[in-house]
Amino acid sequence: MTKAGSVFFYIILLLFVLSLAAPLLHLPDPNKIDLDSLKMSPGAEHPFGTDHKGRDIFSRVIYGAKVSISVAFAAAIASCCIGSLIGLVAGYFGGKIDTVAMAIVDFILSFPSLLLAIAVSVVLPPGIHTAMIALSAAGWTSFARLIRGQVLAVKGLPFVEAARAIGCSNARILFVHIVPQCLNVGLVMIGMKLGGFIIAEATLGFLGLGVQPPAPSWGAMISASRAYILTAPWMVFFPGMMITATAFCFNLFAEYLKQRYDVKSITG
Amino acid sequence: MVGERANPETIESIRKEIGADKGFTGQYLGYLKLIMQGNFGRSYYSNRDVLNDMGEKLPNTIVLALAAMAIAVPCGIASGMVMAYRKGRSIERFVSIISIGGLSVPVFWCGLMAMLIFSLNLKLLPPSGTGGLRFLMLPALVLALPAMSSLARVTALTIEETMGMPYVRTAKAKGLAPLKIAMIHVLKNALIPIVTIIGLDFGSYLSGAVVTETIFGWDGIGRFTMEGIIMRDYPVIMGCIITCTAVFVIVNTLTDILYHYLDPRIRIYDKSR
Repeated sequence: MTKAGSVFFYIILLLFVLSLAAPLLHLPDPNKIDLDSLKMSPGAEHPFGTDHKGRDIFSRVIYGAKVSISVAFAAAIASCCIGSLIGLVAGYFGGKIDTVAMAIVDFILSFPSLLLAIAVSVVLPPGIHTAMIALSAAGWTSFARLIRGQVLAVKGLPFVEAARAIGCSNARILFVHIVPQCLNVGLVMIGMKLGGFIIAEATLGFLGLGVQPPAPSWGAMISASRAYILTAPWMVFFPGMMITATAFCFNLFAEYLKQRYDVKSITG
Repeated sequence: MVGERANPETIESIRKEIGADKGFTGQYLGYLKLIMQGNFGRSYYSNRDVLNDMGEKLPNTIVLALAAMAIAVPCGIASGMVMAYRKGRSIERFVSIISIGGLSVPVFWCGLMAMLIFSLNLKLLPPSGTGGLRFLMLPALVLALPAMSSLARVTALTIEETMGMPYVRTAKAKGLAPLKIAMIHVLKNALIPIVTIIGLDFGSYLSGAVVTETIFGWDGIGRFTMEGIIMRDYPVIMGCIITCTAVFVIVNTLTDILYHYLDPRIRIYDKSR
Protein backbone atom coordinates (compact mmCIF):
# COMPACT_ATOMS: atom_id res chain seq x y z
CA MET A 1 0.00 0.00 0.00
CA THR A 2 2.89 2.37 0.70
CA LYS A 3 5.05 2.10 -2.40
CA ALA A 4 2.66 1.13 -5.13
CA GLY A 5 -0.10 3.53 -4.08
CA SER A 6 -0.13 5.48 -7.32
CA VAL A 7 -1.33 2.29 -9.03
CA PHE A 8 -4.80 3.04 -7.68
CA PHE A 9 -4.80 6.38 -9.42
CA TYR A 10 -3.87 4.74 -12.73
CA ILE A 11 -6.70 2.22 -12.30
CA ILE A 12 -9.20 5.06 -12.12
CA LEU A 13 -7.53 6.89 -14.99
CA LEU A 14 -7.84 3.71 -17.04
CA LEU A 15 -11.53 3.43 -16.16
CA PHE A 16 -12.04 7.07 -17.10
CA VAL A 17 -10.26 6.70 -20.44
CA LEU A 18 -12.26 3.54 -21.06
CA SER A 19 -15.52 5.42 -20.46
CA LEU A 20 -14.43 8.25 -22.76
CA ALA A 21 -13.48 5.77 -25.47
CA ALA A 22 -16.57 3.65 -24.90
CA PRO A 23 -18.21 4.62 -28.23
CA LEU A 24 -15.20 3.08 -30.01
CA LEU A 25 -15.35 -0.19 -28.09
CA HIS A 26 -18.41 -1.71 -29.78
CA LEU A 27 -20.28 -1.90 -26.48
CA PRO A 28 -24.05 -2.17 -26.77
CA ASP A 29 -25.79 1.21 -26.74
CA PRO A 30 -26.29 2.04 -23.02
CA ASN A 31 -29.67 3.64 -23.66
CA LYS A 32 -31.05 1.15 -26.13
CA ILE A 33 -34.26 -0.37 -24.81
CA ASP A 34 -34.49 -4.02 -25.79
CA LEU A 35 -37.78 -5.60 -24.77
CA ASP A 36 -36.60 -9.07 -25.82
CA SER A 37 -33.97 -9.23 -23.08
CA LEU A 38 -35.55 -7.84 -19.92
CA LYS A 39 -33.80 -8.50 -16.59
CA MET A 40 -31.41 -11.11 -17.99
CA SER A 41 -28.97 -12.42 -15.40
CA PRO A 42 -25.23 -11.93 -15.99
CA GLY A 43 -23.97 -14.22 -18.74
CA ALA A 44 -21.77 -14.39 -21.81
CA GLU A 45 -23.73 -11.88 -23.85
CA HIS A 46 -24.33 -9.39 -21.04
CA PRO A 47 -21.50 -9.73 -18.50
CA PHE A 48 -23.37 -7.68 -15.85
CA GLY A 49 -26.87 -8.67 -17.03
CA THR A 50 -29.59 -6.36 -18.29
CA ASP A 51 -32.02 -4.08 -16.47
CA HIS A 52 -35.81 -3.80 -16.44
CA LYS A 53 -35.76 -2.11 -19.83
CA GLY A 54 -33.36 -4.59 -21.37
CA ARG A 55 -30.42 -2.20 -21.37
CA ASP A 56 -26.94 -3.69 -20.98
CA ILE A 57 -25.72 -2.95 -17.44
CA PHE A 58 -22.02 -3.39 -18.22
CA SER A 59 -22.27 -0.78 -20.94
CA ARG A 60 -24.24 1.59 -18.70
CA VAL A 61 -21.74 1.19 -15.88
CA ILE A 62 -18.83 2.03 -18.20
CA TYR A 63 -20.63 5.05 -19.64
CA GLY A 64 -21.64 6.10 -16.12
CA ALA A 65 -17.99 6.20 -15.04
CA LYS A 66 -17.50 9.26 -17.21
CA VAL A 67 -20.15 11.23 -15.30
CA SER A 68 -19.10 10.17 -11.80
CA ILE A 69 -15.37 10.59 -12.27
CA SER A 70 -15.58 13.88 -14.14
CA VAL A 71 -17.97 15.36 -11.55
CA ALA A 72 -15.62 14.27 -8.75
CA PHE A 73 -12.56 15.73 -10.49
CA ALA A 74 -14.28 18.97 -11.47
CA ALA A 75 -15.64 19.46 -7.95
CA ALA A 76 -12.25 18.68 -6.38
CA ILE A 77 -10.41 21.10 -8.66
CA ALA A 78 -13.03 23.84 -8.24
CA SER A 79 -13.03 23.41 -4.45
CA CYS A 80 -9.25 23.48 -4.42
CA CYS A 81 -8.98 26.66 -6.51
CA ILE A 82 -11.67 28.62 -4.66
CA GLY A 83 -10.77 27.35 -1.19
CA SER A 84 -7.01 27.77 -1.63
CA LEU A 85 -7.35 31.30 -2.94
CA ILE A 86 -9.54 32.31 -0.01
CA GLY A 87 -7.26 30.49 2.44
CA LEU A 88 -4.15 32.16 0.99
CA VAL A 89 -5.59 35.66 1.14
CA ALA A 90 -7.15 35.17 4.58
CA GLY A 91 -3.99 33.67 6.06
CA TYR A 92 -1.59 36.13 4.46
CA PHE A 93 -3.40 39.40 5.07
CA GLY A 94 -5.06 38.43 8.35
CA GLY A 95 -7.13 41.02 10.19
CA LYS A 96 -10.65 41.72 9.04
CA ILE A 97 -10.35 39.75 5.80
CA ASP A 98 -9.37 36.71 7.81
CA THR A 99 -12.21 37.18 10.30
CA VAL A 100 -14.83 37.52 7.57
CA ALA A 101 -13.49 34.61 5.50
CA MET A 102 -13.34 32.28 8.46
CA ALA A 103 -16.83 33.34 9.58
CA ILE A 104 -18.13 32.30 6.16
CA VAL A 105 -16.26 29.00 6.41
CA ASP A 106 -17.71 28.33 9.85
CA PHE A 107 -21.17 29.20 8.59
CA ILE A 108 -20.92 26.67 5.77
CA LEU A 109 -19.39 24.04 8.04
CA SER A 110 -22.42 24.35 10.30
CA PHE A 111 -24.40 22.47 7.64
CA PRO A 112 -23.88 18.73 7.32
CA SER A 113 -22.12 18.76 3.93
CA LEU A 114 -24.44 16.34 2.12
CA LEU A 115 -27.51 18.28 3.28
CA LEU A 116 -25.98 21.46 1.87
CA ALA A 117 -25.35 19.68 -1.44
CA ILE A 118 -28.96 18.47 -1.43
CA ALA A 119 -30.21 22.00 -0.73
CA VAL A 120 -28.16 23.43 -3.60
CA SER A 121 -29.29 20.73 -6.03
CA VAL A 122 -32.94 21.24 -5.11
CA VAL A 123 -32.73 24.93 -5.95
CA LEU A 124 -30.75 24.67 -9.20
CA PRO A 125 -32.02 22.75 -12.24
CA PRO A 126 -30.75 19.15 -12.00
CA GLY A 127 -27.84 18.11 -14.19
CA ILE A 128 -24.12 17.51 -14.31
CA HIS A 129 -23.18 21.15 -13.62
CA THR A 130 -25.49 21.36 -10.64
CA ALA A 131 -23.87 18.25 -9.16
CA MET A 132 -20.45 19.87 -9.50
CA ILE A 133 -21.61 23.14 -7.94
CA ALA A 134 -23.42 21.32 -5.13
CA LEU A 135 -20.32 19.33 -4.18
CA SER A 136 -18.00 22.35 -4.41
CA ALA A 137 -20.37 24.49 -2.32
CA ALA A 138 -19.29 22.67 0.82
CA GLY A 139 -15.99 21.23 -0.46
CA TRP A 140 -14.03 24.48 -0.69
CA THR A 141 -14.14 25.09 3.06
CA SER A 142 -11.73 22.25 3.86
CA PHE A 143 -9.19 23.74 1.45
CA ALA A 144 -9.66 27.26 2.84
CA ARG A 145 -9.00 26.06 6.41
CA LEU A 146 -6.07 23.87 5.47
CA ILE A 147 -4.28 26.41 3.25
CA ARG A 148 -4.89 29.23 5.74
CA GLY A 149 -3.23 27.13 8.43
CA GLN A 150 -0.31 26.36 6.16
CA VAL A 151 0.13 30.05 5.25
CA LEU A 152 0.09 31.04 8.92
CA ALA A 153 2.82 28.47 9.58
CA VAL A 154 4.95 29.63 6.68
CA LYS A 155 4.53 33.38 6.56
CA GLY A 156 6.78 34.12 9.54
CA LEU A 157 9.70 32.09 8.18
CA PRO A 158 12.95 33.83 7.13
CA PHE A 159 12.56 33.27 3.39
CA VAL A 160 9.29 35.20 3.34
CA GLU A 161 10.90 37.98 5.35
CA ALA A 162 13.81 38.00 2.92
CA ALA A 163 11.46 38.21 -0.05
CA ARG A 164 9.73 41.16 1.53
CA ALA A 165 13.06 42.81 2.36
CA ILE A 166 14.20 42.75 -1.25
CA GLY A 167 10.93 44.43 -2.22
CA CYS A 168 8.76 41.66 -3.64
CA SER A 169 5.13 42.59 -4.12
CA ASN A 170 2.47 40.85 -2.02
CA ALA A 171 1.27 38.96 -5.07
CA ARG A 172 4.77 37.70 -5.82
CA ILE A 173 5.39 36.63 -2.24
CA LEU A 174 2.05 34.83 -2.18
CA PHE A 175 2.22 33.01 -5.49
CA VAL A 176 5.97 32.48 -5.95
CA HIS A 177 7.14 31.98 -2.37
CA ILE A 178 4.18 30.75 -0.34
CA VAL A 179 2.09 28.73 -2.82
CA PRO A 180 4.84 26.13 -3.46
CA GLN A 181 4.87 25.47 0.31
CA CYS A 182 1.16 24.64 0.19
CA LEU A 183 1.23 22.27 -2.78
CA ASN A 184 1.86 19.12 -0.72
CA VAL A 185 -1.05 19.51 1.65
CA GLY A 186 -3.30 20.76 -1.13
CA LEU A 187 -2.59 17.69 -3.22
CA VAL A 188 -3.24 15.36 -0.29
CA MET A 189 -6.53 17.12 0.40
CA ILE A 190 -7.59 16.74 -3.25
CA GLY A 191 -6.86 13.03 -2.97
CA MET A 192 -8.92 12.78 0.20
CA LYS A 193 -11.84 14.72 -1.26
CA LEU A 194 -12.11 12.67 -4.47
CA GLY A 195 -13.34 9.50 -2.77
CA GLY A 196 -15.93 11.43 -0.79
CA PHE A 197 -17.10 13.28 -3.89
CA ILE A 198 -17.62 10.00 -5.78
CA ILE A 199 -19.96 8.83 -3.01
CA ALA A 200 -21.67 12.21 -2.68
CA GLU A 201 -22.28 12.38 -6.43
CA ALA A 202 -23.75 8.88 -6.37
CA THR A 203 -25.96 9.84 -3.43
CA LEU A 204 -27.27 12.89 -5.27
CA GLY A 205 -27.91 10.65 -8.27
CA PHE A 206 -29.72 8.17 -6.04
CA LEU A 207 -31.93 10.96 -4.71
CA GLY A 208 -32.73 11.96 -8.31
CA LEU A 209 -30.79 15.22 -8.04
CA GLY A 210 -27.84 14.37 -10.26
CA VAL A 211 -27.58 13.66 -13.96
CA GLN A 212 -31.08 13.00 -15.27
CA PRO A 213 -32.24 9.76 -16.89
CA PRO A 214 -31.91 8.17 -19.37
CA ALA A 215 -28.23 9.23 -19.22
CA PRO A 216 -26.46 6.48 -17.25
CA SER A 217 -25.19 7.41 -13.79
CA TRP A 218 -24.34 4.95 -11.04
CA GLY A 219 -26.50 6.48 -8.32
CA ALA A 220 -29.55 6.86 -10.55
CA MET A 221 -29.16 3.27 -11.81
CA ILE A 222 -29.41 1.97 -8.26
CA SER A 223 -32.41 4.08 -7.42
CA ALA A 224 -34.21 2.99 -10.60
CA SER A 225 -33.57 -0.70 -9.93
CA ARG A 226 -34.35 -0.66 -6.20
CA ALA A 227 -37.79 -2.11 -6.80
CA TYR A 228 -36.33 -5.17 -8.57
CA ILE A 229 -33.81 -6.08 -5.87
CA LEU A 230 -35.43 -9.41 -5.09
CA THR A 231 -35.86 -10.63 -8.66
CA ALA A 232 -32.80 -9.06 -10.27
CA PRO A 233 -30.21 -8.19 -7.58
CA TRP A 234 -27.44 -7.72 -10.19
CA MET A 235 -29.14 -4.51 -11.30
CA VAL A 236 -28.36 -3.00 -7.89
CA PHE A 237 -25.14 -4.88 -7.20
CA PHE A 238 -22.92 -3.89 -10.14
CA PRO A 239 -23.39 -0.09 -10.16
CA GLY A 240 -22.86 -0.05 -6.38
CA MET A 241 -19.79 -2.22 -6.75
CA MET A 242 -18.38 0.32 -9.21
CA ILE A 243 -19.03 3.23 -6.83
CA THR A 244 -17.39 1.36 -3.98
CA ALA A 245 -14.41 0.26 -6.06
CA THR A 246 -13.80 3.75 -7.43
CA ALA A 247 -14.11 5.44 -4.04
CA PHE A 248 -11.90 2.72 -2.54
CA CYS A 249 -9.18 3.35 -5.14
CA PHE A 250 -9.34 7.10 -4.53
CA ASN A 251 -9.15 6.63 -0.76
CA LEU A 252 -6.19 4.25 -1.02
CA PHE A 253 -4.52 6.75 -3.33
CA ALA A 254 -5.09 9.45 -0.70
CA GLU A 255 -3.45 7.21 1.92
CA TYR A 256 -0.48 6.83 -0.39
CA LEU A 257 -0.26 10.61 -0.89
CA LYS A 258 -0.39 11.16 2.87
CA GLN A 259 2.56 8.85 3.44
CA ARG A 260 4.49 10.10 0.44
CA TYR A 261 4.28 13.75 1.53
CA ASP A 262 4.39 12.89 5.21
CA VAL A 263 1.24 14.78 6.15
CA LYS A 264 -0.68 12.62 8.55
CA SER A 265 -2.96 14.75 10.59
CA ILE A 266 -5.32 16.03 7.93
CA THR A 267 -8.97 15.14 8.21
CA GLY A 268 -11.51 15.87 5.50
CA MET B 1 -50.00 21.67 -7.19
CA VAL B 2 -53.09 22.40 -9.25
CA GLY B 3 -52.63 20.13 -12.22
CA GLU B 4 -52.26 21.04 -15.86
CA ARG B 5 -55.78 22.26 -16.58
CA ALA B 6 -56.26 24.77 -13.77
CA ASN B 7 -57.81 28.09 -14.73
CA PRO B 8 -55.73 31.28 -14.37
CA GLU B 9 -57.80 32.58 -11.43
CA THR B 10 -57.03 29.52 -9.31
CA ILE B 11 -53.34 29.86 -10.11
CA GLU B 12 -53.43 33.56 -9.23
CA SER B 13 -55.20 32.97 -5.92
CA ILE B 14 -52.72 30.26 -4.91
CA ARG B 15 -49.81 32.48 -5.91
CA LYS B 16 -51.23 35.14 -3.55
CA GLU B 17 -51.80 32.62 -0.79
CA ILE B 18 -48.19 31.37 -0.78
CA GLY B 19 -46.80 34.85 -1.43
CA ALA B 20 -45.24 34.11 -4.82
CA ASP B 21 -46.39 37.52 -6.12
CA LYS B 22 -44.15 39.53 -3.79
CA GLY B 23 -40.75 39.43 -5.51
CA PHE B 24 -37.55 37.78 -4.32
CA THR B 25 -36.59 39.89 -1.28
CA GLY B 26 -40.17 40.20 -0.11
CA GLN B 27 -40.60 36.43 -0.22
CA TYR B 28 -37.32 35.84 1.60
CA LEU B 29 -38.01 38.35 4.37
CA GLY B 30 -41.51 37.00 4.78
CA TYR B 31 -40.10 33.47 5.11
CA LEU B 32 -37.51 34.54 7.68
CA LYS B 33 -40.19 36.31 9.71
CA LEU B 34 -42.40 33.22 9.74
CA ILE B 35 -39.51 30.96 10.76
CA MET B 36 -38.66 33.27 13.64
CA GLN B 37 -42.25 32.79 14.79
CA GLY B 38 -41.79 29.02 14.55
CA ASN B 39 -43.99 28.77 11.48
CA PHE B 40 -42.45 26.62 8.76
CA GLY B 41 -45.55 26.81 6.62
CA ARG B 42 -47.71 24.03 5.28
CA SER B 43 -46.78 21.29 2.88
CA TYR B 44 -47.86 22.14 -0.68
CA TYR B 45 -49.35 18.68 -1.11
CA SER B 46 -50.72 17.37 2.17
CA ASN B 47 -51.46 20.89 3.52
CA ARG B 48 -50.26 19.67 6.92
CA ASP B 49 -48.27 21.90 9.23
CA VAL B 50 -44.55 21.22 8.55
CA LEU B 51 -43.45 21.98 12.10
CA ASN B 52 -45.95 19.52 13.55
CA ASP B 53 -44.91 16.78 11.15
CA MET B 54 -41.25 17.40 11.90
CA GLY B 55 -41.98 17.25 15.62
CA GLU B 56 -43.49 13.81 15.12
CA LYS B 57 -40.64 12.50 12.99
CA LEU B 58 -37.55 14.02 14.61
CA PRO B 59 -37.62 11.71 17.70
CA ASN B 60 -37.52 8.67 15.39
CA THR B 61 -34.45 10.04 13.66
CA ILE B 62 -32.78 10.82 16.98
CA VAL B 63 -33.42 7.24 18.13
CA LEU B 64 -31.87 5.94 14.91
CA ALA B 65 -28.87 8.28 15.23
CA LEU B 66 -28.32 7.28 18.87
CA ALA B 67 -28.53 3.60 17.95
CA ALA B 68 -26.00 4.13 15.18
CA MET B 69 -23.80 5.99 17.63
CA ALA B 70 -24.07 3.16 20.15
CA ILE B 71 -22.63 0.86 17.48
CA ALA B 72 -20.13 3.26 15.92
CA VAL B 73 -18.46 4.70 19.02
CA PRO B 74 -17.32 1.51 20.82
CA CYS B 75 -16.47 -0.33 17.59
CA GLY B 76 -14.71 2.69 16.11
CA ILE B 77 -12.59 3.38 19.19
CA ALA B 78 -11.77 -0.32 19.63
CA SER B 79 -10.63 -0.76 16.04
CA GLY B 80 -8.69 2.50 16.25
CA MET B 81 -6.87 1.14 19.28
CA VAL B 82 -6.15 -2.12 17.47
CA MET B 83 -4.67 -0.12 14.60
CA ALA B 84 -2.49 1.96 16.92
CA TYR B 85 -1.25 -0.82 19.20
CA ARG B 86 -0.66 -3.44 16.53
CA LYS B 87 1.05 -1.18 14.04
CA GLY B 88 2.90 -2.98 11.28
CA ARG B 89 1.25 -6.33 12.01
CA SER B 90 -1.11 -7.96 9.59
CA ILE B 91 -4.10 -7.24 11.85
CA GLU B 92 -3.39 -3.51 11.54
CA ARG B 93 -3.33 -3.81 7.75
CA PHE B 94 -6.59 -5.74 7.84
CA VAL B 95 -8.47 -3.29 10.09
CA SER B 96 -7.04 -0.37 8.13
CA ILE B 97 -8.24 -1.74 4.79
CA ILE B 98 -11.66 -2.48 6.31
CA SER B 99 -11.92 1.06 7.62
CA ILE B 100 -11.01 2.57 4.23
CA GLY B 101 -13.59 0.23 2.74
CA GLY B 102 -16.19 1.48 5.20
CA LEU B 103 -15.53 5.03 4.00
CA SER B 104 -15.86 3.94 0.38
CA VAL B 105 -19.20 2.15 0.50
CA PRO B 106 -22.17 4.37 -0.32
CA VAL B 107 -24.75 4.16 2.47
CA PHE B 108 -27.69 3.56 0.13
CA TRP B 109 -26.07 0.62 -1.64
CA CYS B 110 -24.85 -0.91 1.59
CA GLY B 111 -28.38 -0.59 2.95
CA LEU B 112 -29.93 -2.30 -0.06
CA MET B 113 -27.39 -5.12 0.05
CA ALA B 114 -27.88 -5.63 3.80
CA MET B 115 -31.63 -5.74 3.21
CA LEU B 116 -31.19 -8.26 0.40
CA ILE B 117 -29.02 -10.55 2.49
CA PHE B 118 -30.51 -10.32 5.98
CA SER B 119 -34.16 -9.64 5.23
CA LEU B 120 -34.96 -11.09 1.84
CA ASN B 121 -32.63 -14.10 1.66
CA LEU B 122 -31.99 -15.10 5.27
CA LYS B 123 -35.31 -13.65 6.53
CA LEU B 124 -33.73 -12.76 9.87
CA LEU B 125 -34.91 -9.18 10.19
CA PRO B 126 -37.83 -7.18 8.79
CA PRO B 127 -36.84 -5.34 5.60
CA SER B 128 -38.54 -2.07 6.44
CA GLY B 129 -40.77 -0.21 8.83
CA THR B 130 -40.62 1.79 12.04
CA GLY B 131 -40.69 0.01 15.35
CA GLY B 132 -38.68 -1.76 17.99
CA LEU B 133 -35.18 -3.19 18.10
CA ARG B 134 -35.71 -5.63 15.24
CA PHE B 135 -36.60 -2.81 12.90
CA LEU B 136 -33.82 -0.61 14.23
CA MET B 137 -30.91 -2.99 13.80
CA LEU B 138 -30.27 -2.91 10.05
CA PRO B 139 -30.62 0.84 9.47
CA ALA B 140 -28.53 1.63 12.55
CA LEU B 141 -25.80 -0.76 11.42
CA VAL B 142 -25.71 0.69 7.92
CA LEU B 143 -25.70 4.25 9.22
CA ALA B 144 -22.91 3.43 11.68
CA LEU B 145 -20.50 2.05 9.09
CA PRO B 146 -18.98 5.27 7.65
CA ALA B 147 -18.94 6.99 11.05
CA MET B 148 -17.23 3.96 12.58
CA SER B 149 -14.54 4.02 9.91
CA SER B 150 -13.70 7.69 10.25
CA LEU B 151 -13.70 7.38 14.03
CA ALA B 152 -11.33 4.39 13.86
CA ARG B 153 -8.87 6.31 11.69
CA VAL B 154 -8.87 9.40 13.88
CA THR B 155 -8.56 7.31 17.05
CA ALA B 156 -5.57 5.44 15.63
CA LEU B 157 -3.85 8.67 14.66
CA THR B 158 -4.36 10.46 18.00
CA ILE B 159 -3.42 7.42 20.05
CA GLU B 160 -0.20 7.03 18.10
CA GLU B 161 0.61 10.68 18.80
CA THR B 162 -0.23 10.37 22.48
CA MET B 163 1.86 7.23 22.85
CA GLY B 164 4.97 9.26 22.10
CA MET B 165 4.35 11.65 25.00
CA PRO B 166 6.85 11.74 27.89
CA TYR B 167 4.22 10.89 30.53
CA VAL B 168 3.46 7.63 28.76
CA ARG B 169 7.16 6.76 28.85
CA THR B 170 7.17 7.58 32.57
CA ALA B 171 4.17 5.35 33.14
CA LYS B 172 5.94 2.54 31.30
CA ALA B 173 9.12 3.11 33.30
CA LYS B 174 7.13 2.91 36.53
CA GLY B 175 6.12 -0.56 35.41
CA LEU B 176 2.37 0.00 35.15
CA ALA B 177 0.33 -2.66 33.43
CA PRO B 178 0.09 -1.98 29.66
CA LEU B 179 -3.73 -2.10 29.80
CA LYS B 180 -3.78 0.54 32.52
CA ILE B 181 -1.47 2.78 30.48
CA ALA B 182 -3.60 2.28 27.39
CA MET B 183 -6.87 3.10 29.10
CA ILE B 184 -5.91 5.79 31.59
CA HIS B 185 -2.80 7.50 30.29
CA VAL B 186 -3.28 7.28 26.55
CA LEU B 187 -7.00 7.03 25.81
CA LYS B 188 -8.03 9.72 28.27
CA ASN B 189 -5.55 12.17 26.80
CA ALA B 190 -6.55 11.30 23.24
CA LEU B 191 -10.24 11.91 23.93
CA ILE B 192 -10.56 15.48 22.65
CA PRO B 193 -10.12 14.80 18.89
CA ILE B 194 -12.20 11.64 19.29
CA VAL B 195 -15.07 13.54 20.87
CA THR B 196 -14.82 16.18 18.14
CA ILE B 197 -15.21 13.51 15.47
CA ILE B 198 -18.13 11.91 17.31
CA GLY B 199 -19.85 15.32 17.28
CA LEU B 200 -19.09 15.92 13.61
CA ASP B 201 -20.27 12.42 12.74
CA PHE B 202 -23.68 13.40 14.03
CA GLY B 203 -23.95 15.42 10.84
CA SER B 204 -23.25 12.31 8.80
CA TYR B 205 -26.00 10.48 10.71
CA LEU B 206 -28.45 13.23 9.84
CA SER B 207 -27.57 13.39 6.15
CA GLY B 208 -27.13 9.62 6.00
CA ALA B 209 -30.60 9.37 7.49
CA VAL B 210 -32.09 10.89 4.33
CA VAL B 211 -30.96 7.81 2.42
CA THR B 212 -31.11 5.14 5.13
CA GLU B 213 -34.60 6.05 6.30
CA THR B 214 -35.87 6.08 2.72
CA ILE B 215 -34.53 2.61 2.04
CA PHE B 216 -35.67 1.06 5.29
CA GLY B 217 -38.96 2.93 5.50
CA TRP B 218 -38.03 4.42 8.87
CA ASP B 219 -40.52 7.19 9.59
CA GLY B 220 -38.04 9.93 10.46
CA ILE B 221 -37.07 13.37 9.29
CA GLY B 222 -34.72 11.99 6.63
CA ARG B 223 -37.49 10.18 4.78
CA PHE B 224 -39.66 13.27 5.19
CA THR B 225 -36.90 15.31 3.46
CA MET B 226 -36.68 12.76 0.68
CA GLU B 227 -40.44 12.82 0.11
CA GLY B 228 -40.23 16.60 -0.01
CA ILE B 229 -37.44 16.45 -2.60
CA ILE B 230 -39.33 14.04 -4.83
CA MET B 231 -42.48 16.17 -4.75
CA ARG B 232 -40.53 19.47 -4.89
CA ASP B 233 -42.38 20.39 -1.72
CA TYR B 234 -40.24 23.38 -0.77
CA PRO B 235 -41.65 24.20 2.71
CA VAL B 236 -40.89 20.60 3.74
CA ILE B 237 -37.37 20.60 2.25
CA MET B 238 -36.45 23.95 3.78
CA GLY B 239 -37.94 23.07 7.16
CA CYS B 240 -36.10 19.75 7.32
CA ILE B 241 -32.75 21.19 6.27
CA ILE B 242 -33.03 24.02 8.79
CA THR B 243 -34.02 21.60 11.56
CA CYS B 244 -31.20 19.15 10.80
CA THR B 245 -28.68 21.97 10.68
CA ALA B 246 -29.96 23.30 14.00
CA VAL B 247 -29.60 19.84 15.59
CA PHE B 248 -26.08 19.55 14.13
CA VAL B 249 -25.04 22.96 15.49
CA ILE B 250 -26.49 22.17 18.93
CA VAL B 251 -24.66 18.83 19.10
CA ASN B 252 -21.37 20.45 18.12
CA THR B 253 -21.81 23.22 20.66
CA LEU B 254 -22.44 20.55 23.31
CA THR B 255 -19.23 18.74 22.36
CA ASP B 256 -17.36 22.05 22.66
CA ILE B 257 -18.77 22.45 26.16
CA LEU B 258 -17.85 18.85 26.92
CA TYR B 259 -14.13 19.63 26.30
CA HIS B 260 -14.23 21.77 29.38
CA TYR B 261 -15.13 18.77 31.52
CA LEU B 262 -12.92 16.27 29.73
CA ASP B 263 -9.68 18.15 29.77
CA PRO B 264 -8.47 19.99 32.89
CA ARG B 265 -5.92 21.81 30.71
CA ILE B 266 -8.71 23.64 28.89
CA ARG B 267 -10.40 24.42 32.21
CA ILE B 268 -7.26 25.99 33.61
CA TYR B 269 -6.57 27.87 30.39
CA ASP B 270 -10.08 29.34 30.46
CA LYS B 271 -9.69 30.46 34.06
CA SER B 272 -6.32 32.09 33.46
CA ARG B 273 -7.67 34.27 30.69
